[in-house]
Amino acid sequence: MHGEYGRLSIWFFIGVLLTLYGVIILAAGLYEVSSPPAHPVVLFRLHASIWWGALLLVIGLFYFIRFYPKKP
Amino acid sequence: MSPVFHVLLFATTERLLSLSPVDLVVIALYFIMVLGIGFYLKRFTKTGEDFFLAGRDMTAWIAGLSFVSANLGALELMGWAGSAYQYGILATHWYWIGAIPAMLFLAVVMMPFYYISRTHSVPGYLKLRFGESSRALSAITFGFMTVLMSGINMYSMALVMKIILGWDIHFSIWVSSLTVAAYVFLGGLLSAIFNEVLQFFLIWLGALVVSILGLVEAGGWHGMVHRIAERWPGQDYTHLWSDLGSFSSNPMGIHWTGIVLGLGFVISFGYWTTDFLVVQRVLSAKDLRSAKMAPVIGAAFKMAVPFIVILPGLLALAVLPEKLVGSPEAVHGLHSYNEVLPLMLARYCGPGLLGLGITALIAGFMSGMAGNVSAFATVWTYDIYRALIRKEASDLHYLSVGRWCTLLGVLVSIGTAYLVMQFASIMDYVQALFSFFIAPLFGTVILGMLWKRATPAGGFWGLLVGTISSIGMWLWVYLDHSALRYVALSPRAKDMAENVYRALWSWIICVVVTVVVSIWTRPKPERELVNLVYGSTDIPSEGHLALYQRPIFWAAVVCLVFVILNIIFW
Repeated sequence: MHGEYGRLSIWFFIGVLLTLYGVIILAAGLYEVSSPPAHPVVLFRLHASIWWGALLLVIGLFYFIRFYPKKP
Repeated sequence: MSPVFHVLLFATTERLLSLSPVDLVVIALYFIMVLGIGFYLKRFTKTGEDFFLAGRDMTAWIAGLSFVSANLGALELMGWAGSAYQYGILATHWYWIGAIPAMLFLAVVMMPFYYISRTHSVPGYLKLRFGESSRALSAITFGFMTVLMSGINMYSMALVMKIILGWDIHFSIWVSSLTVAAYVFLGGLLSAIFNEVLQFFLIWLGALVVSILGLVEAGGWHGMVHRIAERWPGQDYTHLWSDLGSFSSNPMGIHWTGIVLGLGFVISFGYWTTDFLVVQRVLSAKDLRSAKMAPVIGAAFKMAVPFIVILPGLLALAVLPEKLVGSPEAVHGLHSYNEVLPLMLARYCGPGLLGLGITALIAGFMSGMAGNVSAFATVWTYDIYRALIRKEASDLHYLSVGRWCTLLGVLVSIGTAYLVMQFASIMDYVQALFSFFIAPLFGTVILGMLWKRATPAGGFWGLLVGTISSIGMWLWVYLDHSALRYVALSPRAKDMAENVYRALWSWIICVVVTVVVSIWTRPKPERELVNLVYGSTDIPSEGHLALYQRPIFWAAVVCLVFVILNIIFW
């Protein structure tokens, strides 16, 4: 939705960026599972990229959908 | 590969770690987004009010997140994580007692005067209350301090780029500063606030993962405390108050009186209630209730920031195999305290996640820099240019001056960034600036708001003598180190403790001079104090609001959590 003052809401921009980040980080985490790196980070076995990427995706999609600009 | 990436790659020299293409995409997306927001918001920035105060139409949440995000600059992320490694949990005092009471005081007591007086800035309030000379003095000192702070932000950012990415330090300064200049030039405070809210999310989501993974590795909080005690015997890094009974029993060399009176009262109240960098965000709120709620919301989030800044520093004490050192000794492969957060990021974050963590750092640096630049543009345009150089001009003219001043501020900041490189300790340098300019300013503003009898002459001379005495004390210790026993009450006091006590003395001097001069000079007539002073201002009642809608209720809730947290980590 457009904000009270006729402009896109800041929450919409946040939704867009977090959604993109969620997709990218989740995909990178899944790729690492299929092709483990030669020098893994500490606690690699927890696959932080996967669950953190998923979290970003969920938050991002919430804001993206909730504040998607609608026609007046 | 784009020409930009060719430039970036050729600019590299040495690096702590390598970023993957995924990380570079994450960083590039951030730059595209902030510049895109700037271009998008330009069409909504048509008047001076739009550019300098974001049209005064921000909600409490946006103003509140921006309020706390503008403070999440380079020093917050890198500096305080490093300080936590150096001083332990004592660094948390700068987030809790050094912030929360002052933020709540701003919300409940001071905000009505700022907001109802319709001032554009803190120096603007001094003009209304004490006259032109006080405004000129505070505007000039604020402008000076702000460009120095901005330079510090730039330097810190460039340092991170150099350490982590291997980018040339000069190249980083120019890329980051020109990006900030572009989006503040286009959208003014509105653009800065939008980006600060975005940056708030990135900082949290990028840095919190380090704390979570660090706690997992250390075996939770108790595991971390146990490891620290084992690795660093004889030093207590994990208690907030219990070791502050004497100067020599804690790593900072400070007494609890310094923390409570110097930090918790003077420095904290000075910064959070009179530093226009943060107050400007709240002035953009759409109504008085939002303006009062914004600092309360900011305080709630500020209270949580140690979990992403201080905790990684403590975790580094527990898990990092190497010992970090002070900046001067950080040669021949040794890392300095300020590098603790990037080192922890490198320890836990793989491709993508590392890019997010680096983006969080960059976002923090850019929000701090944008805050300084937008505040500088406002104070310069309204309180220096319009007050002293060109009094009568159109709103469009001042809008144009504000835009160009943004670029000027960035260029001067770039110059100061090169100066900052010469200083060994970034944090101590900034704390010294606060004690010079902010501590006396708080004395002047608080007396102006709460004491009708304070006169224009009292306000001006109190501010001037307070500032000069603070600089004088710094010079005294600089030239004769034994003077530390008088200024900081202990010859063992570290730089931070010295800054805290210097701020306290300069505030006391300011207040005493203001009171004495006011008693001997003529006060302003009552009619000229309307909407400026307690007792002469009709503050709208909130009696018709439900309890949960009242700022005072939420301020009490935040205050209660603040007390509980201090007891838990006593």
